[in-house]
Amino acid sequence: MPRDTLTGSRIRERRVMAGLKQSELAKRADISASYLNLIEHNRRRIGGKLLVDIAHALGVEPGSLTEGAETALLATLREAASGGDMPEAEFVRVEEFAGRFPAWAALLADSQRKVETLQRSVEALTDRLTHDPHLAASLHEMLSTVTAIRSAASILAEPGDIEPEWQRRFNRNIYEDSARLADSSRSLAQYLAEADSEASETNAPQDELDGVFQKAGFHLPALEKPQADVDAVAADLGQDVSQAARWLLRRVLLRYRADAERMPLAACADTVAVSGNDPFAFAARFGCDLASAMRRLAHLPDDILPDPVGLAICDGSGVTTFRKPLPEFPLPRLGAGCVLWPLYRALARPMMVHTEVMEQSARAAARHQGIAISQPTGPARPGEDVLFESHMLIVPEPKRDVSELIRQVGLTCRICPQASCEARREPSIMVASAPRKL
Amino acid sequence: MSKQVLLIEDEPNIIEAISFILSRDGWTVKTHSNGADAVDIVKQRKPDVVILDVMLPGKSGYDILRELRNDPDVNGLPVLMLTARGQTKDREIAERAGCDAFMTKPFSNADVLETVRALAAK
Repeated sequence: MPRDTLTGSRIRERRVMAGLKQSELAKRADISASYLNLIEHNRRRIGGKLLVDIAHALGVEPGSLTEGAETALLATLREAASGGDMPEAEFVRVEEFAGRFPAWAALLADSQRKVETLQRSVEALTDRLTHDPHLAASLHEMLSTVTAIRSAASILAEPGDIEPEWQRRFNRNIYEDSARLADSSRSLAQYLAEADSEASETNAPQDELDGVFQKAGFHLPALEKPQADVDAVAADLGQDVSQAARWLLRRVLLRYRADAERMPLAACADTVAVSGNDPFAFAARFGCDLASAMRRLAHLPDDILPDPVGLAICDGSGVTTFRKPLPEFPLPRLGAGCVLWPLYRALARPMMVHTEVMEQSARAAARHQGIAISQPTGPARPGEDVLFESHMLIVPEPKRDVSELIRQVGLTCRICPQASCEARREPSIMVASAPRKL
Repeated sequence: MSKQVLLIEDEPNIIEAISFILSRDGWTVKTHSNGADAVDIVKQRKPDVVILDVMLPGKSGYDILRELRNDPDVNGLPVLMLTARGQTKDREIAERAGCDAFMTKPFSNADVLETVRALAAK
């Protein structure tokens, strides 16, 4: 069971926000200032009555001190650790590390993300070298020309007489070939320069799309107006991204616009007032499909839906095409997530709603409900196969005792602590002893 | 009678240079520039050594080599392959297809000469 050692940091944060001195808070909670200092630096574990007292003194919910938004940070740190040869004894102290050295931890997480980005661009470049027909053809052309020049030049350079006619011929060949080489090398350099500027950010397009929504937020007022111009909004939001990312962005925005037309904002506010973040109520009220209702909920502004919901969309191959993570339900930045999520299980039984309460085991504190459905991406046509995509709405669930089964899921296999899991596709660095059992 | 080399290559200036070097060394050099009918030409000419470029119009050098190796008339013919890409992958494909020697462009005249002599002496 991963223990949460960041409570102290959160207490400190809340105290500073409230403008309280350490000694004042210590007095209110009836403990010594030096003990509070140890707690705030995550040197002492805290729980039970003392936690409630401190929360009371700070005027906050006790839960807000034990649950935090560090999930994504911790996940990234675990990823970083998985790349190295981290001893297990050190590895389990990741939360302590993040708590005691927040700036160092953020720096490490940032480096880890940069490493991943660089790895991806190296892969993309290798891919390009191997598969780019234009590049292969120009290299071939250049090498052939160089070969001809080298052969002719060495014939001329060798000692011994060569008939004047042959001399002239090889001289002319070298002259012609060098001109050709100059041309082809110039066009190759130009091609590489263009390819280079195209991939300026060297990010995966999907990553760039995520970046756009991180920056602009998931609610886009410009698309809510009756005469909204999707292309103008796409041009505005996508001005700094690659062409590939702009293509993805435009596709998302077109859907957003269509959803907004069917479910106007004012009517959405009414529906939320009656039935909260229930996608089934949305689908019934607007007479639309469940996936559209999920997307609309994910794009509602905070003033209508104060507690945001998350959303993941994947295509039939399981590749994530859209992600809106929640602070305590991160979605993997690369590759697919946990195969136990209803998102993926829905793909096997299209049009059937899969609902499940999940705990991401990397963070025992957070509980979420996943509602997933796999739907056709287009209209049915005679004699044609239909493509499916799956939507999963992620709704935070309050922690309470329930009789229903809580499914333990992961984020990705590599950083999942589940010791025995049939769905595992990659060994986890968090269950170091597992291979020995086999 | 001098020994014959058949050079299958589509780059005119390379043809000219290699022909010159080999002729000067006493070889009869025949050339051909198209992949599509290269196998027929080899069977007609029955040369002592074939120099075969990989990138040819019509048919790739690898395919030509495979066809030659499957043809009982010419399957023992020594073949030197030329390629512009020096990746190990290319060498592997060429060796699996059954070439006797392999050279990456840009090669030196001396190497070509030496290799052709060695192949003919086999």
